[in-house]
Amino acid sequence: MKKGTARTLRAFVIELAIYAVLVTTYFFLVLNLLGQWLYELEIHRRYTYAALAIVLIIGQAVLLESLTTFLIRLIRGRSE
Amino acid sequence: MFFPISGAHISPIYLVTVGFLIGILGGFFGVGGSFIAGPALRLAGLDWNFAVGTDLAHIVGKSVVAVRRHRAMGNVDLRLGLIMAMGTIAGAEVGAQAIQMLKRAGNVNLVVSIVSIVVYISISSFMMWESRKTLSQRGAIKGAKSKKDHSAFGPVTRAIQRLKIWPMISLPASGIRAISLWTILLVAFVGGLFSGFLGGGAGYIRMPSMVYVLGIPTHLAVGTDLFEIIISASYGTFSHAVKGNVDILIALVMHTGAAIGAQIGAISTQYFAGPKIRLAFVPLPLIGAVIVIYTMISGHKL
Repeated sequence: MKKGTARTLRAFVIELAIYAVLVTTYFFLVLNLLGQWLYELEIHRRYTYAALAIVLIIGQAVLLESLTTFLIRLIRGRSE
Repeated sequence: MFFPISGAHISPIYLVTVGFLIGILGGFFGVGGSFIAGPALRLAGLDWNFAVGTDLAHIVGKSVVAVRRHRAMGNVDLRLGLIMAMGTIAGAEVGAQAIQMLKRAGNVNLVVSIVSIVVYISISSFMMWESRKTLSQRGAIKGAKSKKDHSAFGPVTRAIQRLKIWPMISLPASGIRAISLWTILLVAFVGGLFSGFLGGGAGYIRMPSMVYVLGIPTHLAVGTDLFEIIISASYGTFSHAVKGNVDILIALVMHTGAAIGAQIGAISTQYFAGPKIRLAFVPLPLIGAVIVIYTMISGHKL
């Protein structure tokens, strides 16, 4: 295996491990806190829930993409 | 894990894994992956209405991640994506109306099943023929990194581009000097029509149409299709959420896996030439066809 490929793979595995810890924490904190509130919103205020659903999924996408990009830079920077 | 909105008990590991796998497909091929995600959610015990709506919400998030990656690699034509979104939304509405008409006539399942099998098999057969023919020609895969594409269907594409129907527009990001706005809207409308008629994002129709009809290089078609999916899937998510068909908590959990998968898929495109991406695309519509045939024969809905 080429040296560059091995380094990329190692960085990716480390990134996945850190990411898994962060996501697990996220499950327990954010989803448990938001769950009941979103449930109530879905029953009583459908339009607000619909708009919030899009904001939440796009917000999470931007957050996770930025987080993984940051992790890749951090890990690659340290391994070089 | 209990999801109160849909009232379902689903393992978060299962959701993250499904999201991860579909994320790879989406990032690499520019498709939403509904033909896998829908049955996968159904298999986990979610009702069909929630499976469809929740899948659309997850597609929005996954596409945002993949588009950011593709955009960094110069694979997104924003102008084309915005124009196509208008045609897609109009087509999706017409497709949804057609479904309502068939429902009233009482033969919706049979018609949709037959149409989808014909469409899926036709796309796969055509793409297999075209990509194999292109790959057999000398110099076909030279442009893997330059984003210049080569297709055995090129002469037909150029003839379509020569149609002078006002207004003509240019797409510098895609390397197209002039093309009729109506051609773009028609391609998007047909994609939207199938999206409304067969469900999902219909990327399996739109991505090949962008390459073969509009002449967009494959890498750009993948990135731009994903950008367009963000807009049309957001519209679909809102519409389904208002009808009570979206469990956003499930979508958020699925998306944590999809966020990684989509990045892997998007980054992987830079290592493959356009015709190879198109050849690898061939099994995807066939998987959709197999699922539909299975449901027709067994009478079960996955």
